[in-house]
Amino acid sequence: MALDQSFVGRTYPPTDPYEVGREKIREFAEAIGDPNPAYTDTEAAKALGHSDVIAPPTFVFAITFKAAGQVIEDPQLGLDYSRVVHGDQKFAYTRPVRSGDRLSVTSTIEAIRTMAGNDIIDIRGEVHDEAGEHVVTAFTKLVARAAKEA
Amino acid sequence: MTAKISYDDVEVGMELPAQTFPVSRATLVQYAGASGDFNPIHWNEKFAKEVGLPDVIAHGMFTMAEAIRVVTDWAGDPGAVAEYGVRFTKPVVVPNDETGALIEVSAKVAAKLDDDDRTVRVDLTAMSAGQKVLGMSRAVVRLA
Repeated sequence: MALDQSFVGRTYPPTDPYEVGREKIREFAEAIGDPNPAYTDTEAAKALGHSDVIAPPTFVFAITFKAAGQVIEDPQLGLDYSRVVHGDQKFAYTRPVRSGDRLSVTSTIEAIRTMAGNDIIDIRGEVHDEAGEHVVTAFTKLVARAAKEA
Repeated sequence: MTAKISYDDVEVGMELPAQTFPVSRATLVQYAGASGDFNPIHWNEKFAKEVGLPDVIAHGMFTMAEAIRVVTDWAGDPGAVAEYGVRFTKPVVVPNDETGALIEVSAKVAAKLDDDDRTVRVDLTAMSAGQKVLGMSRAVVRLA
């Protein structure tokens, strides 16, 4: 069944702040095998003009995707999450995420479409720091594949 | 933010150094823990096959994270990335052996966007097992 178009434009309340820890950044950098010292060495990060170690570009997805859970799990929307795959992902950064940031995400449903029985939903996550400054916007396209007839 | 590459030294069509990134089942378990994405299609072969996949597949976000390393290594400063977007076209299938899969990433400067902002657009190509795994893969990078 097609998703309710009236959800387009709906904005969900900002999430409680996520505190970015330097060990969490290190863990992520190790998991992607990236030895760039900007992720682990404060002096190296400062030499590049940052106030502390920064996170790899895609690190913030863990935070924005969790926030998008508000949308995905909204019972009124009725998205079948067991059929959801990740279609597109884009980030637009004002500055990199860094250790010590306390980040809050505001999710908005940008678009809902149905194509060949698949529900496609675009979610925009605006990420702000504790001072209210914009850090990054995450654009996430999710596709809920059509249910096959039994 | 201090990219190592100067905008003035870059020309459209210039290729960035290509890289190949290995991914094994152990890599995916480690990434699941670090990212918090524990979807079983990334570590449970039985589950993956039951939902119609050929085998366990890498997290799309893992592939996205590897691909941008070609850009961040080139630019020197990962904070020089102003925009980054991809389309997940094909999964990276990760067999349960010692080799796993390889993600081969190449990239080139597609456009010089803004002489004042010193931004360029880099187009990326990510392949695995002969198939293009990311589409529309583009980054905007602010150079020195």
